[in-house]
Amino acid sequence: MSDVVTMDDLSNEEIMSILEDSARLVPVAKGEVHLPLLEGKVLANMFYENSTRTRMSFETAMKRLGGSVLNFSSIGTSVAKGETLFDTMQMVEGYADIAVIRHPRQGAAQYSADAIDIPILNAGDGAGNHPTQTMLDLFTIMEAHGTIEGLNVVLVGDLRYGRTVHSLSHALIRFGAELTLVSPEILMMPDEIVKDLRASGASISESTNLASAIPDADVIYMTRIQKERFPDEDEYAKVAGIYMLGAKDMDDAKDGMIVMHPLPRVSELHPSLDSTVNARYFQQAFNGVPTRMALLCRSLGVEIPKEVKK
Amino acid sequence: MSAMRRVTAICNGTVIDHIPAGHALQVIKMLRIDTNRSNPVSLVMNVPSDKMGRKDLLKIEDLELNQEELDRLALISPNASVAIIRNYGVAEKRVVELAEELVNVARCTFSNCITQNPREPLPHKLVLYSRDPIEVRCYYCGKRQDLDDIIDNLI
Repeated sequence: MSDVVTMDDLSNEEIMSILEDSARLVPVAKGEVHLPLLEGKVLANMFYENSTRTRMSFETAMKRLGGSVLNFSSIGTSVAKGETLFDTMQMVEGYADIAVIRHPRQGAAQYSADAIDIPILNAGDGAGNHPTQTMLDLFTIMEAHGTIEGLNVVLVGDLRYGRTVHSLSHALIRFGAELTLVSPEILMMPDEIVKDLRASGASISESTNLASAIPDADVIYMTRIQKERFPDEDEYAKVAGIYMLGAKDMDDAKDGMIVMHPLPRVSELHPSLDSTVNARYFQQAFNGVPTRMALLCRSLGVEIPKEVKK
Repeated sequence: MSAMRRVTAICNGTVIDHIPAGHALQVIKMLRIDTNRSNPVSLVMNVPSDKMGRKDLLKIEDLELNQEELDRLALISPNASVAIIRNYGVAEKRVVELAEELVNVARCTFSNCITQNPREPLPHKLVLYSRDPIEVRCYYCGKRQDLDDIIDNLI
Protein backbone atom coordinates (compact mmCIF):
# COMPACT_ATOMS: atom_id res chain seq x y z
CA MET A 1 0.00 0.00 0.00
CA SER A 2 1.27 3.43 -0.83
CA ASP A 3 -1.05 5.34 1.52
CA VAL A 4 0.30 6.63 4.81
CA VAL A 5 -2.62 7.09 7.19
CA THR A 6 -1.03 6.05 10.49
CA MET A 7 2.51 5.12 11.52
CA ASP A 8 1.29 1.51 11.56
CA ASP A 9 1.29 1.66 7.74
CA LEU A 10 5.08 1.70 7.90
CA SER A 11 7.31 -1.09 9.22
CA ASN A 12 10.41 -0.23 11.25
CA GLU A 13 12.59 -1.11 8.23
CA GLU A 14 10.52 1.15 5.98
CA ILE A 15 10.73 4.01 8.47
CA MET A 16 14.53 3.68 8.61
CA SER A 17 14.82 3.53 4.85
CA ILE A 18 12.61 6.64 4.46
CA LEU A 19 14.78 8.46 7.01
CA GLU A 20 17.92 7.49 5.05
CA ASP A 21 16.31 8.72 1.83
CA SER A 22 15.38 11.96 3.60
CA ALA A 23 18.99 12.52 4.66
CA ARG A 24 20.18 12.21 1.05
CA LEU A 25 17.50 14.66 -0.07
CA VAL A 26 18.57 17.49 2.26
CA PRO A 27 20.58 19.36 -0.42
CA VAL A 28 17.60 19.07 -2.77
CA ALA A 29 15.30 20.38 -0.04
CA LYS A 30 17.61 23.36 0.38
CA GLY A 31 17.56 24.08 -3.33
CA GLU A 32 21.30 23.37 -3.72
CA VAL A 33 20.76 20.42 -6.04
CA HIS A 34 18.26 20.19 -8.87
CA LEU A 35 16.64 16.76 -8.84
CA PRO A 36 13.32 16.73 -10.73
CA LEU A 37 12.25 13.23 -9.69
CA LEU A 38 8.56 14.14 -9.68
CA GLU A 39 8.44 16.21 -12.85
CA GLY A 40 4.99 16.08 -14.43
CA LYS A 41 3.37 14.83 -11.23
CA VAL A 42 0.61 16.79 -9.50
CA LEU A 43 -0.01 16.91 -5.74
CA ALA A 44 -3.41 17.94 -4.37
CA ASN A 45 -3.03 19.67 -1.02
CA MET A 46 -6.45 19.12 0.58
CA PHE A 47 -6.57 21.27 3.70
CA TYR A 48 -9.94 21.36 5.43
CA GLU A 49 -8.25 22.93 8.45
CA ASN A 50 -5.62 25.60 8.93
CA SER A 51 -2.01 24.71 8.55
CA THR A 52 1.16 26.67 8.00
CA ARG A 53 4.15 24.38 8.19
CA THR A 54 2.57 21.17 6.97
CA ARG A 55 0.93 22.66 3.90
CA MET A 56 3.92 24.81 2.94
CA SER A 57 6.50 22.09 3.45
CA PHE A 58 4.52 19.64 1.32
CA GLU A 59 4.28 22.31 -1.35
CA THR A 60 8.01 23.05 -1.20
CA ALA A 61 8.83 19.33 -1.21
CA MET A 62 6.76 18.74 -4.33
CA LYS A 63 8.07 21.81 -6.16
CA ARG A 64 11.73 21.17 -5.34
CA LEU A 65 11.29 17.75 -6.92
CA GLY A 66 9.90 19.31 -10.08
CA GLY A 67 6.23 18.52 -9.44
CA SER A 68 3.30 20.89 -9.20
CA VAL A 69 0.72 21.53 -6.52
CA LEU A 70 -3.02 22.18 -6.40
CA ASN A 71 -3.98 23.97 -3.24
CA PHE A 72 -7.45 23.39 -1.93
CA SER A 73 -9.16 25.02 1.00
CA SER A 74 -12.67 24.17 2.12
CA ILE A 75 -13.70 27.84 2.26
CA GLY A 76 -15.49 29.11 -0.80
CA THR A 77 -15.50 25.76 -2.57
CA SER A 78 -18.09 23.09 -3.20
CA VAL A 79 -17.49 21.81 0.35
CA ALA A 80 -19.22 24.93 1.62
CA LYS A 81 -22.18 23.86 -0.51
CA GLY A 82 -22.32 20.54 1.30
CA GLU A 83 -20.28 18.24 -0.91
CA THR A 84 -19.31 14.97 0.74
CA LEU A 85 -15.68 14.04 1.25
CA PHE A 86 -16.30 11.05 -1.00
CA ASP A 87 -17.40 13.25 -3.91
CA THR A 88 -14.61 15.77 -3.43
CA MET A 89 -12.05 12.98 -3.49
CA GLN A 90 -13.48 11.55 -6.72
CA MET A 91 -12.75 14.90 -8.31
CA VAL A 92 -9.24 15.00 -6.84
CA GLU A 93 -8.50 11.60 -8.30
CA GLY A 94 -9.17 13.05 -11.71
CA TYR A 95 -6.89 16.06 -11.19
CA ALA A 96 -3.89 14.79 -9.24
CA ASP A 97 -1.47 11.88 -8.85
CA ILE A 98 -1.30 12.01 -5.05
CA ALA A 99 -3.21 13.82 -2.30
CA VAL A 100 -2.34 15.14 1.13
CA ILE A 101 -5.31 15.62 3.42
CA ARG A 102 -5.90 17.42 6.69
CA HIS A 103 -9.45 17.25 7.99
CA PRO A 104 -11.18 18.15 11.27
CA ARG A 105 -12.90 14.77 11.42
CA GLN A 106 -11.07 11.71 12.64
CA GLY A 107 -10.83 8.88 10.12
CA ALA A 108 -11.05 11.24 7.13
CA ALA A 109 -7.70 10.12 5.72
CA GLN A 110 -8.53 6.41 5.85
CA TYR A 111 -11.92 7.20 4.38
CA SER A 112 -10.30 9.08 1.49
CA ALA A 113 -7.82 6.26 0.94
CA ASP A 114 -10.75 3.86 0.59
CA ALA A 115 -12.69 6.24 -1.65
CA ILE A 116 -10.05 6.60 -4.37
CA ASP A 117 -7.03 4.82 -5.81
CA ILE A 118 -4.35 7.52 -5.84
CA PRO A 119 -2.06 7.52 -2.77
CA ILE A 120 -3.21 9.48 0.29
CA LEU A 121 -0.91 11.00 2.88
CA ASN A 122 -2.55 11.90 6.17
CA ALA A 123 -1.58 15.38 7.37
CA GLY A 124 -3.75 15.26 10.50
CA ASP A 125 -7.29 14.01 11.04
CA GLY A 126 -9.02 15.59 14.02
CA ALA A 127 -7.28 14.49 17.20
CA GLY A 128 -6.16 11.35 15.36
CA ASN A 129 -2.93 10.72 13.48
CA HIS A 130 -0.30 12.95 11.93
CA PRO A 131 2.31 10.47 10.69
CA THR A 132 4.35 12.84 8.50
CA GLN A 133 4.97 15.01 11.58
CA THR A 134 6.18 11.90 13.42
CA MET A 135 8.54 11.11 10.53
CA LEU A 136 10.12 14.55 10.62
CA ASP A 137 10.41 14.35 14.41
CA LEU A 138 12.20 10.99 14.16
CA PHE A 139 14.43 12.42 11.45
CA THR A 140 15.37 15.38 13.66
CA ILE A 141 16.25 13.06 16.55
CA MET A 142 18.28 10.75 14.29
CA GLU A 143 20.09 13.71 12.78
CA ALA A 144 21.22 14.87 16.21
CA HIS A 145 21.90 11.53 17.93
CA GLY A 146 22.39 9.02 15.12
CA THR A 147 20.05 6.61 16.87
CA ILE A 148 16.78 6.46 18.79
CA GLU A 149 17.44 3.38 20.89
CA GLY A 150 18.21 4.07 24.53
CA LEU A 151 17.60 7.82 24.30
CA ASN A 152 15.71 9.50 27.11
CA VAL A 153 13.03 11.59 25.42
CA VAL A 154 11.15 14.02 27.67
CA LEU A 155 7.71 14.96 26.34
CA VAL A 156 6.42 18.16 27.93
CA GLY A 157 3.15 20.09 28.11
CA ASP A 158 -0.21 19.05 26.77
CA LEU A 159 0.10 15.29 26.59
CA ARG A 160 -3.63 14.76 26.84
CA TYR A 161 -4.88 16.34 23.65
CA GLY A 162 -1.76 16.69 21.54
CA ARG A 163 -1.97 14.27 18.62
CA THR A 164 1.69 14.91 17.83
CA VAL A 165 2.95 13.46 21.10
CA HIS A 166 0.63 10.44 20.93
CA SER A 167 1.89 9.13 17.62
CA LEU A 168 5.46 10.22 18.37
CA SER A 169 5.53 8.28 21.63
CA HIS A 170 4.29 5.11 19.91
CA ALA A 171 7.00 5.47 17.26
CA LEU A 172 9.76 6.19 19.81
CA ILE A 173 8.85 3.06 21.74
CA ARG A 174 9.08 0.98 18.55
CA PHE A 175 12.71 2.03 18.30
CA GLY A 176 13.55 1.48 21.96
CA ALA A 177 13.58 5.00 23.40
CA GLU A 178 12.78 5.70 27.06
CA LEU A 179 10.03 8.22 27.72
CA THR A 180 9.65 10.77 30.49
CA LEU A 181 6.23 12.40 30.46
CA VAL A 182 6.01 15.84 32.06
CA SER A 183 2.63 17.56 32.27
CA PRO A 184 0.23 19.16 34.74
CA GLU A 185 -2.19 16.63 36.29
CA ILE A 186 -5.11 17.68 34.07
CA LEU A 187 -3.10 17.32 30.88
CA MET A 188 -1.51 13.95 31.55
CA MET A 189 -1.27 11.42 28.74
CA PRO A 190 -4.49 9.35 28.59
CA ASP A 191 -4.26 6.12 30.64
CA GLU A 192 -5.28 4.12 27.61
CA ILE A 193 -2.19 5.24 25.70
CA VAL A 194 0.22 4.86 28.63
CA LYS A 195 -1.12 1.34 29.16
CA ASP A 196 -0.63 0.49 25.47
CA LEU A 197 2.92 1.85 25.57
CA ARG A 198 3.81 -0.07 28.72
CA ALA A 199 2.28 -3.23 27.26
CA SER A 200 4.81 -3.04 24.46
CA GLY A 201 7.58 -3.10 27.03
CA ALA A 202 8.32 0.59 27.19
CA SER A 203 10.11 2.28 30.03
CA ILE A 204 7.99 5.30 30.98
CA SER A 205 8.13 7.67 33.92
CA GLU A 206 5.61 10.41 34.64
CA SER A 207 6.20 13.66 36.49
CA THR A 208 4.91 17.20 36.84
CA ASN A 209 8.37 18.71 37.25
CA LEU A 210 10.31 19.79 34.18
CA ALA A 211 13.45 21.08 35.94
CA SER A 212 14.26 17.69 37.44
CA ALA A 213 13.92 16.00 34.05
CA ILE A 214 16.45 18.25 32.25
CA PRO A 215 19.77 16.72 33.45
CA ASP A 216 18.99 13.21 32.16
CA ALA A 217 17.31 14.25 28.92
CA ASP A 218 18.69 13.53 25.44
CA VAL A 219 15.68 15.19 23.82
CA ILE A 220 13.17 17.62 25.32
CA TYR A 221 10.04 17.77 23.19
CA MET A 222 8.01 20.81 24.23
CA THR A 223 4.38 21.33 23.19
CA ARG A 224 2.03 24.27 23.37
CA ILE A 225 -0.75 24.17 25.92
CA GLN A 226 -3.71 24.74 23.68
CA LYS A 227 -6.01 27.47 24.92
CA GLU A 228 -8.89 26.25 22.74
CA ARG A 229 -9.05 22.97 24.73
CA PHE A 230 -10.08 24.67 27.97
CA PRO A 231 -13.69 25.33 28.87
CA ASP A 232 -12.83 28.48 30.82
CA GLU A 233 -10.06 31.04 31.08
CA ASP A 234 -9.31 30.36 34.76
CA GLU A 235 -8.48 26.72 34.16
CA TYR A 236 -6.23 27.73 31.30
CA ALA A 237 -4.54 30.46 33.32
CA LYS A 238 -3.62 27.91 36.02
CA VAL A 239 -1.45 25.89 33.67
CA ALA A 240 -0.66 28.33 30.85
CA GLY A 241 2.85 29.35 31.78
CA ILE A 242 3.71 26.29 33.83
CA TYR A 243 6.58 25.00 31.68
CA MET A 244 9.10 27.37 30.17
CA LEU A 245 12.58 26.85 28.87
CA GLY A 246 15.18 29.54 28.37
CA ALA A 247 18.92 29.67 27.65
CA LYS A 248 19.68 29.54 31.40
CA ASP A 249 17.99 26.14 31.77
CA MET A 250 20.49 24.66 29.32
CA ASP A 251 23.26 24.88 31.96
CA ASP A 252 21.97 21.66 33.54
CA ALA A 253 21.64 19.82 30.24
CA LYS A 254 23.81 16.98 28.94
CA ASP A 255 26.07 17.67 25.98
CA GLY A 256 24.17 17.16 22.77
CA MET A 257 20.71 17.48 24.33
CA ILE A 258 18.24 18.96 21.84
CA VAL A 259 15.04 20.92 22.36
CA MET A 260 12.23 20.27 19.87
CA HIS A 261 8.77 21.79 19.41
CA PRO A 262 6.15 21.17 16.69
CA LEU A 263 5.44 24.95 16.65
CA PRO A 264 3.74 27.39 16.88
CA ARG A 265 5.13 28.27 20.31
CA VAL A 266 3.57 30.71 22.73
CA SER A 267 5.59 31.31 25.89
CA GLU A 268 7.02 27.85 26.56
CA LEU A 269 10.24 28.52 24.66
CA HIS A 270 11.93 31.81 25.53
CA PRO A 271 13.57 33.56 22.55
CA SER A 272 16.88 33.43 24.48
CA LEU A 273 16.88 29.69 23.73
CA ASP A 274 16.91 30.22 19.97
CA SER A 275 20.64 30.94 19.74
CA THR A 276 21.74 27.99 21.92
CA VAL A 277 23.22 24.81 20.43
CA ASN A 278 20.32 22.91 21.94
CA ALA A 279 17.54 24.65 20.01
CA ARG A 280 16.43 22.42 17.15
CA TYR A 281 12.83 23.52 16.48
CA PHE A 282 13.47 25.64 13.40
CA GLN A 283 15.68 22.92 11.96
CA GLN A 284 12.85 20.50 12.81
CA ALA A 285 10.41 22.62 10.81
CA PHE A 286 12.80 22.58 7.85
CA ASN A 287 13.15 18.80 8.17
CA GLY A 288 9.52 18.56 7.11
CA VAL A 289 10.74 19.21 3.57
CA PRO A 290 13.22 16.31 3.02
CA THR A 291 11.06 13.81 4.94
CA ARG A 292 7.95 14.76 2.96
CA MET A 293 9.98 14.54 -0.25
CA ALA A 294 10.95 10.99 0.65
CA LEU A 295 7.34 10.12 1.54
CA LEU A 296 5.99 11.59 -1.71
CA CYS A 297 8.54 9.58 -3.72
CA ARG A 298 7.77 6.38 -1.85
CA SER A 299 4.02 6.73 -2.37
CA LEU A 300 4.47 7.52 -6.05
CA GLY A 301 6.83 4.59 -6.51
CA VAL A 302 9.75 6.80 -7.50
CA GLU A 303 13.16 5.59 -6.40
CA ILE A 304 15.61 8.05 -4.87
CA PRO A 305 19.16 7.74 -6.25
CA LYS A 306 21.66 6.19 -3.83
CA GLU A 307 23.87 9.17 -4.34
CA VAL A 308 22.64 12.73 -4.69
CA LYS A 309 25.51 14.81 -6.04
CA LYS A 310 25.90 18.54 -5.95
CA MET B 1 -34.89 -24.84 34.97
CA SER B 2 -34.59 -28.66 34.65
CA ALA B 3 -37.77 -30.23 36.04
CA MET B 4 -40.27 -27.66 34.93
CA ARG B 5 -40.26 -26.13 31.49
CA ARG B 6 -40.81 -22.41 31.66
CA VAL B 7 -41.49 -22.12 27.96
CA THR B 8 -42.92 -24.76 25.74
CA ALA B 9 -40.77 -26.57 23.17
CA ILE B 10 -40.89 -25.10 19.68
CA CYS B 11 -41.57 -27.05 16.51
CA ASN B 12 -39.29 -25.14 14.12
CA GLY B 13 -36.96 -22.21 14.66
CA THR B 14 -33.91 -21.11 16.60
CA VAL B 15 -33.05 -21.42 20.29
CA ILE B 16 -30.35 -19.17 21.70
CA ASP B 17 -29.15 -20.32 25.11
CA HIS B 18 -26.54 -19.02 27.56
CA ILE B 19 -27.12 -15.34 26.91
CA PRO B 20 -25.63 -13.29 29.77
CA ALA B 21 -28.42 -12.51 32.27
CA GLY B 22 -30.36 -9.38 31.38
CA HIS B 23 -29.11 -9.16 27.79
CA ALA B 24 -31.91 -10.95 25.94
CA LEU B 25 -33.61 -7.74 24.88
CA GLN B 26 -30.38 -6.46 23.42
CA VAL B 27 -29.98 -9.72 21.53
CA ILE B 28 -33.46 -9.31 20.08
CA LYS B 29 -32.57 -5.82 18.98
CA MET B 30 -29.26 -6.89 17.53
CA LEU B 31 -30.85 -9.65 15.51
CA ARG B 32 -33.48 -7.19 14.32
CA ILE B 33 -36.30 -9.49 15.27
CA ASP B 34 -38.05 -6.74 17.22
CA THR B 35 -39.56 -4.99 14.21
CA ASN B 36 -41.60 -5.94 11.17
CA ARG B 37 -41.89 -9.58 12.11
CA SER B 38 -44.71 -11.78 13.26
CA ASN B 39 -42.72 -14.78 14.46
CA PRO B 40 -43.61 -15.78 18.00
CA VAL B 41 -40.62 -15.13 20.28
CA SER B 42 -40.31 -16.46 23.83
CA LEU B 43 -37.96 -14.68 26.13
CA VAL B 44 -36.71 -16.07 29.42
CA MET B 45 -34.70 -13.85 31.70
CA ASN B 46 -32.55 -14.41 34.77
CA VAL B 47 -33.11 -18.13 35.12
CA PRO B 48 -30.64 -20.17 37.18
CA SER B 49 -27.81 -21.75 35.22
CA ASP B 50 -25.10 -24.16 36.35
CA LYS B 51 -22.58 -22.63 34.02
CA MET B 52 -23.38 -18.95 34.40
CA GLY B 53 -25.26 -18.51 37.67
CA ARG B 54 -28.05 -16.71 35.83
CA LYS B 55 -28.77 -16.58 32.16
CA ASP B 56 -31.26 -15.49 29.52
CA LEU B 57 -32.74 -17.65 26.81
CA LEU B 58 -34.58 -16.96 23.55
CA LYS B 59 -36.79 -19.17 21.43
CA ILE B 60 -37.65 -17.78 18.02
CA GLU B 61 -40.24 -19.73 16.12
CA ASP B 62 -40.24 -20.34 12.37
CA LEU B 63 -37.00 -18.54 11.77
CA GLU B 64 -33.60 -20.08 11.17
CA LEU B 65 -30.96 -17.48 11.81
CA ASN B 66 -28.07 -17.57 9.39
CA GLN B 67 -24.43 -17.42 10.37
CA GLU B 68 -23.99 -13.73 9.53
CA GLU B 69 -26.88 -12.82 11.80
CA LEU B 70 -25.55 -15.03 14.56
CA ASP B 71 -22.08 -13.55 14.36
CA ARG B 72 -23.48 -10.16 15.35
CA LEU B 73 -24.52 -11.80 18.59
CA ALA B 74 -20.94 -12.42 19.53
CA LEU B 75 -20.52 -8.74 20.35
CA ILE B 76 -22.65 -9.07 23.49
CA SER B 77 -22.99 -12.78 23.94
CA PRO B 78 -19.84 -14.53 22.73
CA ASN B 79 -20.58 -17.77 24.58
CA ALA B 80 -24.17 -18.20 23.50
CA SER B 81 -25.12 -21.64 22.25
CA VAL B 82 -27.46 -21.79 19.31
CA ALA B 83 -29.59 -24.67 18.14
CA ILE B 84 -31.64 -24.82 14.95
CA ILE B 85 -34.83 -26.73 15.69
CA ARG B 86 -36.72 -28.71 13.08
CA ASN B 87 -39.72 -30.82 13.96
CA TYR B 88 -39.07 -30.49 17.73
CA GLY B 89 -35.55 -31.85 17.43
CA VAL B 90 -32.14 -30.18 17.32
CA ALA B 91 -31.24 -30.25 13.64
CA GLU B 92 -28.03 -28.23 13.85
CA LYS B 93 -25.84 -26.66 16.49
CA ARG B 94 -24.25 -23.40 15.55
CA VAL B 95 -21.21 -21.70 17.01
CA VAL B 96 -21.22 -17.96 17.44
CA GLU B 97 -18.04 -16.41 16.21
CA LEU B 98 -17.14 -12.78 15.99
CA ALA B 99 -16.00 -11.84 12.51
CA GLU B 100 -12.75 -9.90 11.98
CA GLU B 101 -14.70 -7.12 10.32
CA LEU B 102 -18.27 -5.92 10.89
CA VAL B 103 -19.47 -4.17 7.76
CA ASN B 104 -22.63 -2.07 8.02
CA VAL B 105 -23.60 -3.70 11.31
CA ALA B 106 -23.22 -0.63 13.51
CA ARG B 107 -22.12 2.98 13.22
CA CYS B 108 -19.00 4.25 14.95
CA THR B 109 -20.07 5.85 18.24
CA PHE B 110 -17.45 8.62 18.17
CA SER B 111 -19.09 11.98 17.54
CA ASN B 112 -16.19 13.33 15.47
CA CYS B 113 -15.75 10.33 13.17
CA ILE B 114 -15.93 11.00 9.42
CA THR B 115 -18.73 8.42 9.16
CA GLN B 116 -21.03 10.62 11.25
CA ASN B 117 -22.07 12.48 8.09
CA PRO B 118 -25.05 10.40 6.96
CA ARG B 119 -24.47 11.39 3.34
CA GLU B 120 -21.00 9.85 3.16
CA PRO B 121 -21.58 6.71 1.08
CA LEU B 122 -18.82 4.27 2.11
CA PRO B 123 -19.88 1.38 4.38
CA HIS B 124 -19.59 1.59 8.17
CA LYS B 125 -16.84 -0.73 9.30
CA LEU B 126 -15.80 -1.90 12.71
CA VAL B 127 -12.80 -4.17 13.12
CA LEU B 128 -12.03 -6.70 15.81
CA TYR B 129 -8.96 -5.62 17.72
CA SER B 130 -8.98 -8.27 20.43
CA ARG B 131 -11.13 -11.34 21.05
CA ASP B 132 -10.65 -11.74 24.77
CA PRO B 133 -11.72 -9.36 26.13
CA ILE B 134 -13.71 -8.27 23.09
CA GLU B 135 -12.43 -5.00 21.75
CA VAL B 136 -13.83 -3.45 18.61
CA ARG B 137 -12.52 -0.31 16.93
CA CYS B 138 -13.75 1.85 14.08
CA TYR B 139 -11.87 1.02 10.89
CA TYR B 140 -11.69 4.67 9.87
CA CYS B 141 -11.07 6.69 13.02
CA GLY B 142 -9.60 3.92 15.18
CA LYS B 143 -11.73 4.73 18.23
CA ARG B 144 -12.43 1.96 20.69
CA GLN B 145 -16.17 1.19 20.74
CA ASP B 146 -18.20 0.81 23.90
CA LEU B 147 -20.12 -2.43 23.40
CA ASP B 148 -23.21 -1.09 25.17
CA ASP B 149 -23.30 1.87 22.80
CA ILE B 150 -23.04 -0.36 19.75
CA ILE B 151 -26.51 -1.70 20.47
CA ASP B 152 -27.88 1.82 20.13
CA ASN B 153 -25.96 2.38 16.92
CA LEU B 154 -27.03 -0.65 14.96
CA ILE B 155 -27.81 0.02 11.34
